[in-house]
Amino acid sequence: MELELIKNGTRIDGRKLDELRPIYAAVGVLKNANGSAMFKLGNTTAIAGVFGPRKVFPKHQEEAERAILRTKYNMAPFATTERNRPGTSRRSTEISMVTRQALTPLVFLDEFPKTAIDVHIEVLQADASTRCVGINAAALALADAGIPMRDLISSCSAGKVGEHTVLDVAGKEDTEGELDLPVAYYPRKKQITLLQMDGVTDSREVKEIIKLAVKGCEKIYDEQKKALRSKYKLEESE
Amino acid sequence: MSERKLVIPGDFLGDGRAGHGAYEEDNNAFSACIGLAEEKNGMHFVIPLSGIYNPKRGDGVIGKIEDVAFSRWIVDVNSPYEAVLPLAEATEEFIDLTKNDMTKYFNFGDLIFVEISSVSQTKNVQLSMRNRKCRKLRGGRLIKVTPAKVPRIIGKAGSMVEMVKQMTNTQIVVGQNGIVWVKGDHEDIAMDVIALIERKSHVHGLTDHVRAYLEEKMKNAPKVEHKKDYREHDEQDDFDRGFEGGEEGDFQP
Repeated sequence: MELELIKNGTRIDGRKLDELRPIYAAVGVLKNANGSAMFKLGNTTAIAGVFGPRKVFPKHQEEAERAILRTKYNMAPFATTERNRPGTSRRSTEISMVTRQALTPLVFLDEFPKTAIDVHIEVLQADASTRCVGINAAALALADAGIPMRDLISSCSAGKVGEHTVLDVAGKEDTEGELDLPVAYYPRKKQITLLQMDGVTDSREVKEIIKLAVKGCEKIYDEQKKALRSKYKLEESE
Repeated sequence: MSERKLVIPGDFLGDGRAGHGAYEEDNNAFSACIGLAEEKNGMHFVIPLSGIYNPKRGDGVIGKIEDVAFSRWIVDVNSPYEAVLPLAEATEEFIDLTKNDMTKYFNFGDLIFVEISSVSQTKNVQLSMRNRKCRKLRGGRLIKVTPAKVPRIIGKAGSMVEMVKQMTNTQIVVGQNGIVWVKGDHEDIAMDVIALIERKSHVHGLTDHVRAYLEEKMKNAPKVEHKKDYREHDEQDDFDRGFEGGEEGDFQP
């Protein structure tokens, strides 16, 4: 099994062990949202739309001193090889929650009391690390919506395939690998706002994998900044 | 004026204090939103390029009557917070509410140009029509633009909107909340131009660019037979007291 996935330091899709899949990021892809973005990591594609700050419905959720951040993660039925049942699932509820927890520390919610900021993440094509791609898109969409925040947030996964630690687990590595560890990273403060792990390993190796994931996040952060700047630069030089 | 730099959230602005659109950490100022960075006496600001309208005291806005309550109107001002216009702030004459219907003055769906008189900590927005610029807007058409781009539409000391008004022979009222009201001979052209200004708001020498565009458009515009001067012959009523341009228009938040 191991021989098939990694041969002479090259992975099945031809990447090196610490190489990300090709990144594509675009800002302002939805017309009716206050802010929106599309993020691609290889085949994994997500679009995020931010609506608000707007009035809170149902009203009992309203908070007098700050805005509430609501996130909704959804995977399209056609996103996977096998059609997946549309609608909310146990998995999507969990990912919505961890996404919200990953974004909240960076957003200045007290600037807009009594409002709601809605973040909708739609996964169009899934090929591992969909939550990471969703978070990357959401961070760009929030910035595009003009919502005050401390920094962008970048996310990426790392894992273990056989005896090797690899960055940005994809395709077969995800289904047949030993371990998958998504991380969301607050680059300026070098803090982690999301850390999940699926698999078994020892503490020394976990640290190594986290370090690798953070390295990937930093690369993603650069791409995010580029995408965000290019939308407004374009307007400037027109 | 110093050159403004495009910044995104998390960008370092310099040491010193942080003002609007920025935040402070360990005596360093960082940008909190996408916008143009500016510095004034060691204070770092960011003029945002996107975002919804956040009501501010003293802003002139265009609102729509959403509800009529006892002695006050609830007004939608294109923000997440609803605004309240008390009857006493709308008129100077005495109105006996036992004999009069409030909808006689402003009815559901009516458009008004009002001033924001106060915004409380809890975002209670109070409106006033005491300013002579405030009035009811009859007829005409509306366009929504990004509130951040309103100063560009108004131009320096109202120069941009004044030019569009004269060349298209229209009345234009620009609300700080990003709603623009147009009424007159060439409404469609005026609306095109406002959309153009919003799209190209970062171009240097925008006024000349817009003038060229307007001249081109007006060449093909149908002639209006009975040319009406909209600025002189305004339909007068209790609340119509004429209107002169927008607020001063330097690109300021």
